Amino acid sequence: MSRVADIAAGWRAGRDRAVSPGERALVSAALAAAALVALPVVALALLATGGASALSSIYLTVVLPRAALDTLLLLAGVGAMTASVGVGAAWLASAFLFPGRALLSALLAAPLAIPTYIAAYIWVELLEPLGPVQRAIRAVFGFATPADYWFPPIRSLPGAILVFSLVLFPYVYLTARAVFMLQSASLLEVARTLGRGPAAIFWRVGLPLARPAVAAGMSLALLETLNDIGASEYLGVRTLTVTVMQTWLSRNSLPGAALIACAMLLIVGAVLIGERRMRRDRRFAVSVQKPRLAEPIRLSGARAWLVTGLCALPVLVAFVIPVGFLAYEAAQAVAARGLDPAFARQAMTTVTLAAVATLVVVALGAALVLAQRVAPSRATLAALRLSTLGYAVPGTVLAVGLLAPMTGLDRMISQTLAALAGAAPALWITGSGLGLVAAYAIRFLAISVGALESAASRFSPHLDFAARTLGRGPIALAREIHLPLLHPALGAAALLVFIDCLKELPATLILRPLNFDTLATALYEHATRGSFETGAPQALAIVLAGMIPVLTLARRNVVELDPDELARER
Amino acid sequence: MNRILSACGLAAGVLLSCAAAQAAELNIYTYRQPELVKPVFDAFTAATGVKINTIFAAAGLEERIRTEGAASPADILLVEDVGRLQNAVDLGIAQPIASPVLEKAIPANLRDPAGQWFALSQRARVVYASKARTKIDAIAYEDLADPKWKGKICIRSGQHPYNVALIAAAIAHMGEEKTLEWLKGVKANLAKKPSGGDRDVAKDIAAGVCDIGVGNTYYMGGLINEKDPAKRAWGEAVQVVLPSFKGGGVNMNITGAIVAKNAPNKAEAVKFLEFMVGPEAQRLFADANYEYPVLAGVPVNPTVAGFGALKPDTVGLGDVARRRKTASELVDVAGFDN
Repeated sequence: MSRVADIAAGWRAGRDRAVSPGERALVSAALAAAALVALPVVALALLATGGASALSSIYLTVVLPRAALDTLLLLAGVGAMTASVGVGAAWLASAFLFPGRALLSALLAAPLAIPTYIAAYIWVELLEPLGPVQRAIRAVFGFATPADYWFPPIRSLPGAILVFSLVLFPYVYLTARAVFMLQSASLLEVARTLGRGPAAIFWRVGLPLARPAVAAGMSLALLETLNDIGASEYLGVRTLTVTVMQTWLSRNSLPGAALIACAMLLIVGAVLIGERRMRRDRRFAVSVQKPRLAEPIRLSGARAWLVTGLCALPVLVAFVIPVGFLAYEAAQAVAARGLDPAFARQAMTTVTLAAVATLVVVALGAALVLAQRVAPSRATLAALRLSTLGYAVPGTVLAVGLLAPMTGLDRMISQTLAALAGAAPALWITGSGLGLVAAYAIRFLAISVGALESAASRFSPHLDFAARTLGRGPIALAREIHLPLLHPALGAAALLVFIDCLKELPATLILRPLNFDTLATALYEHATRGSFETGAPQALAIVLAGMIPVLTLARRNVVELDPDELARER
Repeated sequence: MNRILSACGLAAGVLLSCAAAQAAELNIYTYRQPELVKPVFDAFTAATGVKINTIFAAAGLEERIRTEGAASPADILLVEDVGRLQNAVDLGIAQPIASPVLEKAIPANLRDPAGQWFALSQRARVVYASKARTKIDAIAYEDLADPKWKGKICIRSGQHPYNVALIAAAIAHMGEEKTLEWLKGVKANLAKKPSGGDRDVAKDIAAGVCDIGVGNTYYMGGLINEKDPAKRAWGEAVQVVLPSFKGGGVNMNITGAIVAKNAPNKAEAVKFLEFMVGPEAQRLFADANYEYPVLAGVPVNPTVAGFGALKPDTVGLGDVARRRKTASELVDVAGFDN
């Protein structure tokens, strides 16, 4: 990308070209998208001024270091586990032919449809002392009470690592598999000719080449772990994000909370930039000529079934068991109380909101990526980088940060309308779903930008030169060449953003209008009363609705599936 | 094209339907779950014809009302903890209400002297004890630090508002230093890391993970009368003991409300508060939610009455609210949640 940018920039500098209105519109859209993301970040920074005095010394010397350590351990654990399960499953599913391969390859992505807070609830129910697992242990071994034997507590740091990893490993699986499937046959053949076995080929060739994809998948999994509140709190793990909430709610110190949130954001930003710098000097691009793809090895007999079993295991543990349990709970809830009469309306609201937000997020993402491609400047590059920060902000904090700018905008609109038409004051943004659309856009822009940017970086710059030589301006180039080529990436981005919108809870809770319930907020109402099971039908609906895009994504034709398209690296 | 247009119309309908508030309505921002307050809301609508619109959240509603400013549709903020109620007042989003009805119905210790907040119902933070493994007639909160309970106590996070309020009351009784000692003692007695909610405490006692725990009264009322036999069993395994502070009484907390400073429907809001402390709503609070009424003369639910005679603590709610920050800090100093 950067080389294209350099060339294009040089080209522009050399010729004093008039900027067309279309180009100006595109660049403005990109800058507006970045400004949108900057809104809550700036608001947070303003809130944080004076926050330092709110943080007592015990806070700085005991609470924060401990929370930071727990957060690091959690991230390390989730990183290691998502990477090993994700990469392992991806390698098996792409390098070998075995019974059930097509089905398992798709289902390995399915756990992504389960929101972390729902997974936490399910695993606590399953593994706590009165749950089915421990009941069975007591029945089989004849123990009278849980005090008679040791069982690892699910509400613990290791428990949280397990729960997060089980729903987040598909991020790594999807990105790594896409790379493995596009592996050039010649590389593998060279390794084989040199006498390497399958294991050595994986360690020496497959894995090193997939590193950027694995890093991209992992960074999504880790950011999601970092910004989570619901699951961490439920599992008794006090991460930095949970601490931010407690600072705000128990200490009445919003400035203190904002300060910690800003510090976290700086660290995340530094890590993301660092990761990008590290990769800058390496190229992982596929060769310009389409490579001959490596054929998967056909396995037979016990080895084939072993691989089937290995791939089925994560599907069973991370998907079949939890969703089966959820379905059972949902059936129980409906049998006991009937379906919530508001259910249809909640489902409708959820899907409509998610669809509208997805359109906005993908459009803004495309504007950002295309502006940087056809009219690159420092501003467009900065906008591109800034746009991904929203994903790192915990939803609740983002919502609070958004309140001030959005209500400010509301006041402006209201005053204008009052002056023009004598309209009564009303909250046009926070009072309607528009505020939520904006919040979703800010939270999930990173996903669409990542997907589109990595796809675009693989289009040869020669295409651009050819189009320009043929007299196409930047807008025509974007419209006639880039957009059609981006088509599959746009679809993939839309699917992933859509799932995240379906699952979104913390920002929705705070920013929604009166009487506005999504499936997630309805579920949350039950959950906070300690009766999550009453909301099981809503939880199941979120998972099932999320599965449609996940399975579509996983089954998509490998040929159109560009490896980095899913990688959403930033 | 028509399809696209109708899709857009539909989306606009769903997203913009709530843009403007109507008259003869009441907009309630609530930290109390809608399901808990729905029976009372419905009764209010039936009695007055005023439609109630709600937003439920777990955090951030005060900030929202504050930033919405003059245009805020919020009439009432319903809060489940006295500390958060006082915080809302401190943020300047409440307005004083002078209502003879409220002043007559609510005892003076359950409302703000300046009329900025009012308690609508009460609950006690009590000890849950295993019927099978313990025999407790009386217990003091101070006793929870007694080493004889080592490895036998369950409790939710010390930073949860319910526990912060309990610890704030402890500070009022014992002072900071002794409260810290007490917290460390309780911490040393825990069977497991603080997590989950009050219902989980009952569940853990039923499962045999711990023998005693701390929780709110209404959760036990709900569990004992639960329709699902599996959950009723948790309730049946637990005996509620009303503890007291030495030289004090049971730690009480309230669900209360403020009228928002810029409430567009102030008249309805006051009418709503007055309805909430009337006999009908108070009975609903008592029977549907197993809470203690604030209105004298309204009987508590028989299940709750079975917990024993209530002797509320002498420490005032305002005192509890004031010490909330210190209490939260002590939780950290004691490493209670680690």
